Amino acid sequence: MFDTLKMKLHQKKQYIPDIKNAPMRTQFRGLPVLNNSVCDKCGACQGVCPTGALNINPLSIDLSKCTLCGACKNICKNSAINFSSYYKLGADKKEKLIVTEEITEEIYHKRAIEVRKEIYSIFNRSIKFRQVSAGGCNGCEMELNAAGNANFDMGRFGIDFVASPRHADGIVITGPISKNMAYALEDCYKSLPEPRIVILCGACALSGGVFQEASEINREFLDKYKVDLYIPGCPVHPLTFINAVLDFIRKK
Amino acid sequence: MNYYVMKNNQRINLLDIPTIEFNTLRAQLAATNLRPVSFFGSDWGQNVKLFVVLADDEKGELLVVSSLIDKNVKEYESITKDNHQYHMFEREFYEQFNIKPLGHPWLKPVRKNQDDYEFFEMEGEETHQVAVGPIHAGVIEPGHFRFMCQGEKVYNLEIMLGYQHRGVEDLMVKKPSNQLAESICGDSVIAYNMAYSQVMEELSGMEITNKAKLIRRVALEMERTAIHIGDLGAILGDIAYQMGKEVFGVTRTLVINTMLEISGSRFGRGLITVGGVNFDIDKDLSKKIVDVLNNVKNTVEKMTRATLKSSTVMSRLEKTGVVSNEIANELNLVGMIGRSCGINLDSRFDFCDEFYKDFERKSFNATNDAYSRFRIRYKEIIESISFVKKLLKKLEGYEKEDLCVPVKNFIPNSFALSVVESWRGELVHVATTDGEGKLSRYKIKDPSFNNWYGLSMAVRNNGISDFPLCNKGFDLSYCGFDL
Ligand code: SF4
Ligand code: SF4
Repeated sequence: MFDTLKMKLHQKKQYIPDIKNAPMRTQFRGLPVLNNSVCDKCGACQGVCPTGALNINPLSIDLSKCTLCGACKNICKNSAINFSSYYKLGADKKEKLIVTEEITEEIYHKRAIEVRKEIYSIFNRSIKFRQVSAGGCNGCEMELNAAGNANFDMGRFGIDFVASPRHADGIVITGPISKNMAYALEDCYKSLPEPRIVILCGACALSGGVFQEASEINREFLDKYKVDLYIPGCPVHPLTFINAVLDFIRKK
Repeated sequence: MNYYVMKNNQRINLLDIPTIEFNTLRAQLAATNLRPVSFFGSDWGQNVKLFVVLADDEKGELLVVSSLIDKNVKEYESITKDNHQYHMFEREFYEQFNIKPLGHPWLKPVRKNQDDYEFFEMEGEETHQVAVGPIHAGVIEPGHFRFMCQGEKVYNLEIMLGYQHRGVEDLMVKKPSNQLAESICGDSVIAYNMAYSQVMEELSGMEITNKAKLIRRVALEMERTAIHIGDLGAILGDIAYQMGKEVFGVTRTLVINTMLEISGSRFGRGLITVGGVNFDIDKDLSKKIVDVLNNVKNTVEKMTRATLKSSTVMSRLEKTGVVSNEIANELNLVGMIGRSCGINLDSRFDFCDEFYKDFERKSFNATNDAYSRFRIRYKEIIESISFVKKLLKKLEGYEKEDLCVPVKNFIPNSFALSVVESWRGELVHVATTDGEGKLSRYKIKDPSFNNWYGLSMAVRNNGISDFPLCNKGFDLSYCGFDL
């Protein structure tokens, strides 16, 4: 037992104190930074993009499809495409995920998630989710687990994943929604109490990602039910997830 | 025996692979003691061509053979009847080509037609069933577990998978990419992308630089280190040893954040590309990696020592979920789980990877239980850390080399294969091209394809409450299996 306790001293404090302004390593590929004026419309980036996230007239990236793989940046000979390490990428509408030259970090963040009175008045102290992996590759799942570890510790903000949908306020979906999970996903959704918040996590869930053309997926669920929050990434970084949820339930 | 003998990471001419009469092949497979590493069909006009790859682990060779089966025949005599190692392969072949292995003892769906799945039933006093999933309690991938219990004791566990099936193999032919390869099984990003890239490079006769090869291997060992550390924490989490769970959890963070500094992604996405790698490891970064890993090693050693001194931990780990060496061999368990059951397979060494050949292959004293699965991870973490350091040292000699070579077109009528030792174990990617040099088939075998059945055997005659501990110890992939 003493050895166990000694480990605590050895470890010191591990948590990130200010989660909203947590520093991110510069190498992280976050918000795209585009320079339309130097883009000569050669289309090389579109040729290497695995998900069709790019448009070149004018230059834009759709974060609902983008996996932040960096292939477009590597191939662009004019350096028209870059990525900043800005990680607060969650948004409440799909249209807001389209990044053009004009979109800076401030502009992106300002408009990304609007405060909804009925949400923050009920959930601003605590919100519980049921997570459903529907064809997720275990990348997003690992990062969602990491959001609860001693570094990110989202439990301190009242955000948790719970075992039963009956105990949850919302559902967090990862993966492109495989045919074989379509039924279980809908069943789980119906077991939630109202208001049944739906959060999509990761390029797969947002658009099908690299699996858009796969034969064994079924995304009808998304035609039927309203989505409250879109969180891009491949996988979603824990800081991206926690900040999106915090912006969703609390006033800025 | 009539086989084409090839090495790992090699391209051969598709037409050089012997095609023998099916019954002759069947007799050969039933009699040989070489392990199957790949067994798949491919559309071949009126026929289906069945390819079988066996491993001769002692010689470091891979033996390839094929046979034609007429699509109208619809059945053949099962090989599994005589050699249980074909059990999963034949089920998969049946599901993909609708050619039935007659007399297969357990011909159930693999990934599709879940409604037709017939579970075993058991009747009697005190017997009951427990059904779990597809959605589990935690944040994990979906799968269905059906326990047949007598009181608290598990008599049998049946595992039904397929929920993650996305149609990966077809998509790999239609629209292959490094990003897709990385997303097949996102906890083994490096291993999958490495196997995919190696197959693509072989198919087009590309020779990548030693620098790129070394950086790939550094990443592969870092992936192993990170996941193994995370798993030590997860195992302890399931037996409520909270300190271990948290300490290993944050220690894993150090490794994956270093991966982020190399590649821009905590899991190494975007690092490997067909033709080489996208990111360099220069002297400064190399030193940083070594410093982080030294620190990680220190914490892992300390925490492991404290953990294994705790009698409450030991009483949960020891003799829980035993899989005997005979059963492990019969099922062809591979990788880290195989090694924890005394099967000394490791494709890095068995298939003579050029960069590992002067590394020492240390033996492991397997005890086949949850404790063994804990210790094997600890051993491999320490080893991988030392491998990374040695690989980085070697990398210094190739400073001037390019990261990437230009991509070439595929060579027509090719068959290429790559076996990579992912942190779970032997990952096999095979691809073929047609006469015009277009991809015609892509086949993947995750180590979990072999090992899921081992989990069923591990929980037999254990208390059902020990299932989470056994499950975490195996930590198998759903999406890698389901594809
Ligand atoms: S970073 Fe996004 S936009 Fe660029 S190639 Fe990758 S997926 Fe496409
Ligand atoms: S978005 Fe990326 S990490 Fe997340 S499930 Fe899809 S492939 Fe995996």
